[in-house]
Amino acid sequence: MSLKEKLLSSYLAFEDHLDVDSPIHDLRTDAIKSFETQGFPTKKEEEWKYTSLNALLKEDYSIFPKKENSLEIKDVKKYFLHDVDTYKIVFVDGVYSSFLSETTHEGMDVCLLSSALGKDKYKPVIEAYYNKAIKESSLISLNTAFAKEGAYIYIPKHTEVEKPIEIINFATGNEAALLLQPRNLIVVEENAHVQIIERHQSLSENAVLTNSVTEIFAEKRAFVDYYKIQNDKVTASLIDHTHIKQERDSICKVHTFSFGGKLIRNNLNFYQHGEHCDSVLNGITILEGKQHVDHNTLVHHIAPNCESHQDYKGIFDDNATGVFNGKVYVEKEAQKLDAFQQNNNILISDKATINSKPQLEIFADDVKCSHGCTIGQLDEDALFYLRSRGIAKKEARALLMYAFANNVLESVKIPELKERINKLIANKIGVNIGFNL
Amino acid sequence: MLHIKNLHASVEEKDILKGIDLEVKSGEVHAIMGPNGSGKSTFAAVVAGKEEFEITEGDVLLNGEDISEMDPEERAHKGVFLSFQYPVEIPGVTVTNFVKTAINETRKAKGLEDMPAGEMLKKIKEKADLLEIDRKFLSRSLNEGFSGGEKKRNEIFQMAMMEPKLAILDETDSGLDIDALKVVANGVNKLKSDDNAVIVITHYQRLLDYIVPDYVHVLMDGKIVKSGSKELAYELEEKGYDWIKEELV
Repeated sequence: MSLKEKLLSSYLAFEDHLDVDSPIHDLRTDAIKSFETQGFPTKKEEEWKYTSLNALLKEDYSIFPKKENSLEIKDVKKYFLHDVDTYKIVFVDGVYSSFLSETTHEGMDVCLLSSALGKDKYKPVIEAYYNKAIKESSLISLNTAFAKEGAYIYIPKHTEVEKPIEIINFATGNEAALLLQPRNLIVVEENAHVQIIERHQSLSENAVLTNSVTEIFAEKRAFVDYYKIQNDKVTASLIDHTHIKQERDSICKVHTFSFGGKLIRNNLNFYQHGEHCDSVLNGITILEGKQHVDHNTLVHHIAPNCESHQDYKGIFDDNATGVFNGKVYVEKEAQKLDAFQQNNNILISDKATINSKPQLEIFADDVKCSHGCTIGQLDEDALFYLRSRGIAKKEARALLMYAFANNVLESVKIPELKERINKLIANKIGVNIGFNL
Repeated sequence: MLHIKNLHASVEEKDILKGIDLEVKSGEVHAIMGPNGSGKSTFAAVVAGKEEFEITEGDVLLNGEDISEMDPEERAHKGVFLSFQYPVEIPGVTVTNFVKTAINETRKAKGLEDMPAGEMLKKIKEKADLLEIDRKFLSRSLNEGFSGGEKKRNEIFQMAMMEPKLAILDETDSGLDIDALKVVANGVNKLKSDDNAVIVITHYQRLLDYIVPDYVHVLMDGKIVKSGSKELAYELEEKGYDWIKEELV
């Protein structure tokens, strides 16, 4: 039985346990039909030309874990940014862990999608927002059909969340192969501010495939600073869909740090519905071995006087492969736009590959748009300069890689997180750079 | 100190240095002058160990030890310093962190512990004062957005911090106004001692008014074709290089 067939038959069993009166029941029914019609994407589709899911789809995934698994704090503590100074919404094999989490309902909701879906008082919110930022695709439909758990974050007007919120999905490896489909809903009301860190972490060498969907709604003057830490095992794969709907004067920033995983596909879409929106998409990718990362971005400019800034840096060693497929789409009404898109790559080995495809589609006539892409090696003159100062070749190379990625790192506004990412980078490039960067 | 014998070097099969002989003793300042494309910068890079150049013949001896096969970092550890004509920008690494790394890497290579932080700070302050470098400058990213003059001053600051045995200044005067030139030259002169040596590579005699050479060599087409005292620099300034070419014929 193919994975698709398995999913379709599992859905029938799953449906038996569902509340047919749930506000999202019709969405589920439509979504499973849509997935059935479309199936998994293949390389024949333009958007998937450089990323094949074939190898991943051969695994015999458990779709619902057989039992609830628990974890000891001491075993997973290192994956948290901070013991106390963050809110935490933690899932273990797709199931919420109240033991590892620290949530709140005081003045805002930092809690669970399952409770938001199940309680009447959240019904208006679910009806207003759930699945409303989404541009349909077969994998999103698959998630919509099966989604029952994830983070639910609701920040009311004029609220500045005092500490970052961590959303962490652990996979224990108790199943030989596990398919996870978390679904996050984040609503940031007028003039509210929030910082969110999302991480997917496998704790074993068993196969994990995560098909994640996150919807973010940034209302008027909202500020959302979102960090994705992708430093997973080489047996774990992630297909992420993050769709963001922005209203006027809102600022949304998504920083994606891709340092490890078998296959990572980031579908990051921004929709600017009001004037004076600012969207920032930053990424640092550092890969080796046979790892693969595909950044597929879309910034859809619908309203005038907006901005968007994309800056993706990639360093690829061994047989690692990368894809940058970034699209800026400017509607006729989106005049006076300032859109910038940049993708720079360094190939360390002869066998590493990057496919970079920056695209602009502009239907307005008074806009400022630029894009660029570079692919190169480490600069030999720069390397000689550092070595002539007594810095050994390995450290000199590391310094240059660090310098290459630096401006993206500068955009990290949570000091502990910046330090953590610095350490991850130093670790990735195999060197202790020897001073506090 | 430095003893170069019949040095030939090429890049991509093209011969650039075609038999250079040069002896530089401790305490001496040598100037190498010559027209564009004569091989001056190549000479500097070859002595410092740039891998793109292949030494096809000859020896480079530093205090009697052949360094011609050594990596650039090993030569730096032995006391060779090159002040670059075009210093490289390194975003995200401050001037201070960079010199600390350079010094401690060199100490590590010699089997020494890191320089204690207090000593390092004191030295940084002292050398920054010597080169009239503002404190704020030290916490900027290395060479990023520096003016031409700032880059050169920063090169000499690194030299002051690393205290090399042999310093090669490659066109350190280019891009400097007269005030900056004086500061840089003054720095080099203060660092000069009986235990070290300086090779100044320049187009113009102007710098040599401030860093006074014991010997002046003329490099043309990959060879030293004439050597003399500092008066030779004045003669070159006045008459150009054509008369030397004629002499050679």
